[in-house]
Amino acid sequence: MKTNLLRNKNLLLEIGRRWALIFLFAEIVFFGLSAKGFFSIRVFQMVLFFGTTVFLLGTAELFVIITGGIDLSVGYLMGFSSIVSTKIIFALTESGMGDGISLLLGIVLTLLIGLIPGLVSGLMVAKLKVPPFIATFAMLGISHGVSELLIKEGAAKNLPHLANAIGNGYVFYWSSGVGFSMFNRPQVARGVFVLELIPNIVVIAFAAIGILAFLLKRTVFGQHTYAIGGNVDSAVRSGINVDRHLVKIYMLSSFLAAISGIIYMLMYVTGKADAGASSLLDSIAAVVIGGASLSGGKGTVWRTILGGVIIAILETGMRLMGIPTFDKYIMVGIILISAVLIDQLFPDRTYTDKEES
Amino acid sequence: MKSEYLVETRGLTKRFGGLVAVNSVDFYVKPGEVVALLGDNGAGKSTLIKMISGVHQPDEGSLFVMGEETKIATPMDALSKGIETIYQDLALAENLNVYSNIFLGREKTKKALGLFKVLDHKYMFEESKGILKKLDIKIPSLRNNVRSLSGGQRQAVAISRSIYWNAKCLIMDEPTAALGVAQQHQVLELVKSLKDHGIGIIIISHQMHDVFAVADRIVVMRRGEKVCDLERSKTNSDEIVGYIVGSETVA
Repeated sequence: MKTNLLRNKNLLLEIGRRWALIFLFAEIVFFGLSAKGFFSIRVFQMVLFFGTTVFLLGTAELFVIITGGIDLSVGYLMGFSSIVSTKIIFALTESGMGDGISLLLGIVLTLLIGLIPGLVSGLMVAKLKVPPFIATFAMLGISHGVSELLIKEGAAKNLPHLANAIGNGYVFYWSSGVGFSMFNRPQVARGVFVLELIPNIVVIAFAAIGILAFLLKRTVFGQHTYAIGGNVDSAVRSGINVDRHLVKIYMLSSFLAAISGIIYMLMYVTGKADAGASSLLDSIAAVVIGGASLSGGKGTVWRTILGGVIIAILETGMRLMGIPTFDKYIMVGIILISAVLIDQLFPDRTYTDKEES
Repeated sequence: MKSEYLVETRGLTKRFGGLVAVNSVDFYVKPGEVVALLGDNGAGKSTLIKMISGVHQPDEGSLFVMGEETKIATPMDALSKGIETIYQDLALAENLNVYSNIFLGREKTKKALGLFKVLDHKYMFEESKGILKKLDIKIPSLRNNVRSLSGGQRQAVAISRSIYWNAKCLIMDEPTAALGVAQQHQVLELVKSLKDHGIGIIIISHQMHDVFAVADRIVVMRRGEKVCDLERSKTNSDEIVGYIVGSETVA
């Protein structure tokens, strides 16, 4: 016997559920018509390049939001990690270690340190029953303060050139005469056109995001994340160790903030306390535009990235048109309200199982 | 020797401070039997049930599961002994689909690429379909989120989860209280079907109609004591109401 899955189709509902995709399309058409030079590989890559922070922090935020919590600390934890990584790498190169190994070791240590704030927030939320808003708000303040202390004598300079080469490099290059090359920019005379394809950090960010999307969609860990957000009592009664799961979720979130901080360090070859401060609200906005609910239990990684792309294109397009940044904030605010209102209109998708003998 | 009783209590007593909530109650349920537990608010029926399901510990008396004397320390302990309570809030995750709820906390996984453990949706779907079919429960699709189901269907999902995971004794607390008439009927049909599968069922209900529709035996509690234990066929609702309010006294 075979079971056929029939999705109950209703054209209006199907379109309505995909409003974000349609909005993205409209946005691209609009900026394509009104922003000069919008349709180009360079601009497209710029959107992804500057969007990595929001994609990564948005994904971090998504996991926490699905459990019904919120993590306000990701922005400043990103800044904290960017500073920690520069400090460690600087200290290692000063001690005479090679550039490559210093960079690698610095990154690994920063990632490990990046787990600690999440462990603390997670324990506060899970064990001490501190509301997530308060626990992570406290962590925001602490990470901001510690960052400023660390950077008192100025940010570390003289980071290995390799950092810049990774952070601002591309996977593929092409130029007439030289042809294709990978990772190494061809040595050509000034003014000769070099086509640059796929920024390295976009690859790094999407590799991380891909793993997390898999984790959320396909594994028991992901399933329990949704279950906790859906009905925490039922999760407990089903034998799920909810406390432990929540600690892991907040650790995952701060780990992703650490990856963002490292990417910032690679891009700008320095650390900054408020590196990700302005990205916090954008990342929450990305999650909500992506259809997640702040009351938990809903949302996907792919739709969060869609939300992030909508914001990134808005920002890039408006910049190309010469519109001031604060107009972007107004737009994001309007989209956010619309997102919540539209999502309320469309109920869950339903199915009918048809049996065939 | 195996006892004919699934769950049995002898002289079970629970005190809260000076108040005797349950006073030396003998109670039992057999496989394939539906026992209705009735009584006014505060009569002690919830406390009795909570001792059987591991929420409360008795002060005196003993508990037997399948003829063996045991202690039920926690609700998890009760579950592992096959005693499951279906609560009014049903303990389902509304944002997950039917088969995910049936397997919640006990998900089946398979290896993907020989490396990662991923959810085995096909297995969970087919197994869930099997148990629903066995219990003659009809739900449009097991892929639908529980949120889109009616109250009766949710109840059915919660019950099939228990049965799938080998519950032997189901305790149902006001199973029809929040349901419409058609759905009440569905749930009662389901109870009859469970009975045919040899499950012992304890129903707490205020709906006299439900009780007489499905129960084999009716136990009434009043002020912490068991005041009657009658075959359904040998009594009527007037007599039972009499026991509940106290105008009939222990014979």
